[in-house]
Amino acid sequence: MSALIKSSLARKVVMALSGLFLVFFLGQHFVINVTSVIAPDTFNSWSHFMGYNPLVQFLLQPILIAGVVIHFVMGFVLEFQNRVARGTVGYASYKGSANASWISRNMLISGAVVLAFLGLHFYDFWFPEMAYKYLEGNPEDPTRYLEETVHKFEPIWRTVLYIVAFVLLALHLLHGFASSFQTMGVNNKYSAGIKTFTKIYAVAIPLGFIFIAIYHHLNPITH
Amino acid sequence: MGILDSKVPSGPLADKWTKHKNDIDLVNPANKRNIDIIVVGTGLAGGSAAATLAELGYNVKTFCYQDSPRRAHSIAAQGGVNAAKNYQGDGDSVYRLFYDTVKGGDYRSREGNVYRLAEVSTNIIDQCVAQGVPFAREYGGLLDNRSFGGVLVSRTFYAKGQTGQQLLLGAYAAMNRQIQRGKIKSYTRHEMLDVVLVDGKARGIIARDLVTGEIERHSGHAVVLATGGYGNLFYLSTYCMGANVMAAWKAHKRGAFFANPCFTQIHPTCIPVSGEHQSKLTLMSESLRNDGRIWVPKRLEDAKAIREGKLKPTQLKEEDRDYYLERRYPAFGNLVPRDVASRAAKERCDAGFGVNKTGEAVYLDFEAAIMRYGKEKAYTSGLKDPDKNTVRKLGKEVVEAKYGNLFQMYEKIVDQNPYETPMMIYPAVHYTMGGLWVDYNLQTTIPGCYAAGEANFSDHGANRLGASALMQGLADGYFVLPYTIGDYLSNDIRTGTIPTDSPEFDAAEQNVRERIQKLMSGKGLHSVDYYHKLLGKIMWNKCGMSRNAQDLKDAMKEIAELRVDFWENVKVTGEPDAKNQELEKAGRVADFLELGELFAKDALDRNESCGGHFREEYQTPEGEALRDDENYKYVSAWEYVGDPKDAKLHKEELTYENIQVKTRSYK
Amino acid sequence: MKISLKIWRQKNAASKGKMVDYSLNGVEPDMSFLEMLDVLNESLIEKGEEPVEFDHDCREGICGTCSLMINGRAHGPDRFITVCQLHMRSFNDGDTITIEPWRAKAFPVIKDLIVDRTAFDRIQQAGGYISVNTSGRPVDANAIPIEKENADASFNAATCIGCGACVAACKNASAMLFTSAKVSQFALLPQGQVEATERVQNMVRQMDLEGFGNCTNTGACEVECPKGISLENIARMNREYYSASLKG
Repeated sequence: MSALIKSSLARKVVMALSGLFLVFFLGQHFVINVTSVIAPDTFNSWSHFMGYNPLVQFLLQPILIAGVVIHFVMGFVLEFQNRVARGTVGYASYKGSANASWISRNMLISGAVVLAFLGLHFYDFWFPEMAYKYLEGNPEDPTRYLEETVHKFEPIWRTVLYIVAFVLLALHLLHGFASSFQTMGVNNKYSAGIKTFTKIYAVAIPLGFIFIAIYHHLNPITH
Repeated sequence: MGILDSKVPSGPLADKWTKHKNDIDLVNPANKRNIDIIVVGTGLAGGSAAATLAELGYNVKTFCYQDSPRRAHSIAAQGGVNAAKNYQGDGDSVYRLFYDTVKGGDYRSREGNVYRLAEVSTNIIDQCVAQGVPFAREYGGLLDNRSFGGVLVSRTFYAKGQTGQQLLLGAYAAMNRQIQRGKIKSYTRHEMLDVVLVDGKARGIIARDLVTGEIERHSGHAVVLATGGYGNLFYLSTYCMGANVMAAWKAHKRGAFFANPCFTQIHPTCIPVSGEHQSKLTLMSESLRNDGRIWVPKRLEDAKAIREGKLKPTQLKEEDRDYYLERRYPAFGNLVPRDVASRAAKERCDAGFGVNKTGEAVYLDFEAAIMRYGKEKAYTSGLKDPDKNTVRKLGKEVVEAKYGNLFQMYEKIVDQNPYETPMMIYPAVHYTMGGLWVDYNLQTTIPGCYAAGEANFSDHGANRLGASALMQGLADGYFVLPYTIGDYLSNDIRTGTIPTDSPEFDAAEQNVRERIQKLMSGKGLHSVDYYHKLLGKIMWNKCGMSRNAQDLKDAMKEIAELRVDFWENVKVTGEPDAKNQELEKAGRVADFLELGELFAKDALDRNESCGGHFREEYQTPEGEALRDDENYKYVSAWEYVGDPKDAKLHKEELTYENIQVKTRSYK
Repeated sequence: MKISLKIWRQKNAASKGKMVDYSLNGVEPDMSFLEMLDVLNESLIEKGEEPVEFDHDCREGICGTCSLMINGRAHGPDRFITVCQLHMRSFNDGDTITIEPWRAKAFPVIKDLIVDRTAFDRIQQAGGYISVNTSGRPVDANAIPIEKENADASFNAATCIGCGACVAACKNASAMLFTSAKVSQFALLPQGQVEATERVQNMVRQMDLEGFGNCTNTGACEVECPKGISLENIARMNREYYSASLKG
């Protein structure tokens, strides 16, 4: 553990591994969400499974939260250290755009937006869900999920916020996904393929989420 | 001349070094811990010597003016390092390398030293490979060799065009290992300003911390000078900007004889001067002469038109070009040795055939090579009747594969595409064969003061062969000096640490401080560079590629006058006790202003032409060098007696028992 | 050409520096950038002012001494060259050029544009070598054949000139490219295997101790490296480090 704090390479591994874990989770999240458009019943049953399976709730969920917390905390720690490393006097003129992409230099910005979005997302879904299950002790209802979800996307402001967040998430992934392979020491003949895959993934998944948000906004459930 | 004892061991040539190693005294490991050695200069020779001495158990202090030992100018050597490994099975041997080196040096080097150099050359390659130096390899995984500098075998080991860099980083790594072990204390951004003698022995140095300006005293039982050559005497050279003669010159003034100062190598293929602002010249590897043809226009009016930009070289017909090397030296053509090629270029330019705006450039043309390679490539790729453009395109690809990085470097500097228009080249000062006189043990005439690498005079005679400088630096540092120095130090095992508060150190420091004070109190008329440039012009015009008695006499007078002017009127800005690059430069130029005069005196004394030293009075009717073995087969070792012009000559007669002295001919 | 210059002037490590404006006439396109600064310095000396101090030595792109941030880019606008190989023809008449020292906590300014890069030396001292005695009797150089591909890759890593442009250009002032180049040189050779575990750990530890930043894979170092040292070396060092850590 002390090595983890002391070594810059270990800190980077933590970033890379937690990032890759979150990327994987994102894919799984997307697969469930996309059923809300194409197979509402499946969406309800899968959501119910995720919400009530003890393994998911009491093992995977804490791991996920830990992953999120570690990724963000370590991100801020690294950013702080990196700013210190420049020294007390910075450059009067620094042309970062000449040698590196905007997004690779501004992971903090895209990351912070995604973090803010996560706050909203938790406020929208996770807190109500926790309250529903554990505080209020409501009975199980395997059919409620789709309606609750679609209902959230009724207001245009929320839909727009989600879209903005997903755009930033896409940018974050565009650098972060491939970057984590480099950090893990993968840079070989497969790297070009990995880069292409990560680019497709980084664009496709957030686009998919945006599609789902817009779809639900345009197709509210009315009783 | 009993004063100069070369101490070359007796016996058969091939056994001398082994015999000597068996005969000399050793210092036992426990006693080595009580002995301090100062090494000034951390290039190939100094870095490798420091590492080995520390490994043997001595306490070593290293000094360099650079911010890291890794930046010494050994790093700029491109071509390679010779070694008599005979991996190619082409008949190479220690004897052949020895023979080539003595002959290449025009029979002005010491037989015993050169044979030892050839003998240890093989160890260098083993050592460097063990250290992880990434030499070029063949597909079979074994080391690759190339031929170099017109010798008849392939014995040059290389790492692309960066051999010097890789070897230096190897020596630097070996040093780092000892620094980490605490056996070397490395002082970077430090300049040695004087050597301190106690009871006639070198016992320490006075150094200036270039960052704080502080004057420091450092003591040791021996002082090793590995501070490189003095080519910056000419202002413009292929040397690094900081290269200087200070350490060697200070030792000279304290009693070390300076040998053959006029033996300077002027390399034929450098990028020409572009204007008055020029600060440094860039070498284009000698390997280019394998494929490039050197020429100037045949007619003066064409040369003039080219200089004025009215005519392009590519417009000149074949019959209007003068391939003067091929004309004069049909046997060797463009591959004559460096000194011959340089003089021939100067001769044409002096006659008015120069091709750039300054009139000091000749063409190095790859058109013929491009077409020749292109045709070859076309045939091997199955093209039966290729048109000219295809051939040129294919040929360019071949040339790019061979020399791409050099062509790119040329284009960066000159802003012309050498694939389309011939390169322009001109000779430039590149290496100094002269240096501190040393005996077989590499000891100067000051007991306890040693000189290694380019700083000494020993192995290259009047002309150095390509890829031999790296060999000599590493041979001296890794395999010679660390052993021979033990013979001297074995008398010092009971001496104990040398105190730095002795009157000798007081006096030396006082001397250094006064000199700095004097440098800083000039009237302030001209900058240091102003004087350096003037000195360079005198040297280049009167002591350069060809010399004559009158010019040399004039040069001595002019340099002496310039020196007086310098001390009276120089302007050194800033403070003495702070970082001050002007002060650093001033001290170096002040030394050059003394050495320059000795240089001219040496050239004047040597009434013959040999190697890089060409006296116009001594040439054959065809304009070739005329050596005088009867009267000048000696090393000129100069003793300082107060003024460079009064320096006293001591001669070390050269004897060749194992080699027949012949005239070099390249016709 | 006429050029306006904004140059960082700082008397010594302890004092505070500032940008100072100069203007320079008679700049020729054939001048190298450093020769342009020589001309500026001659004019300053003439006026009795202290010249601008900057590090330089070989002036042919191999020693790694020169180190200027020019208009926000390490070694100026052109790729694969050092400042000494940059020529004024890369600029236009009337341009304003900003010149600053490398900026990193681990590279403190010594004076004007000169910084202290001994941190790099200490990283090398921590393990950038193979522990064979120079005075020993090593085996014949051809006793161990080395695959040409690996030998070439090792050479490419070894061409690093230690100039510090990677640190200067990196937004995090990270020294990963420099450190990984040395680690890679030895990792690719059989001679380097014996000490591989300790080497990478010691060198990374020293790199961290010096206060360099963390690598975030922006790739700026690779772009600005005058020798084109590849990011593959960083990945290789990462691999070496993880496997070394697992071995303990």
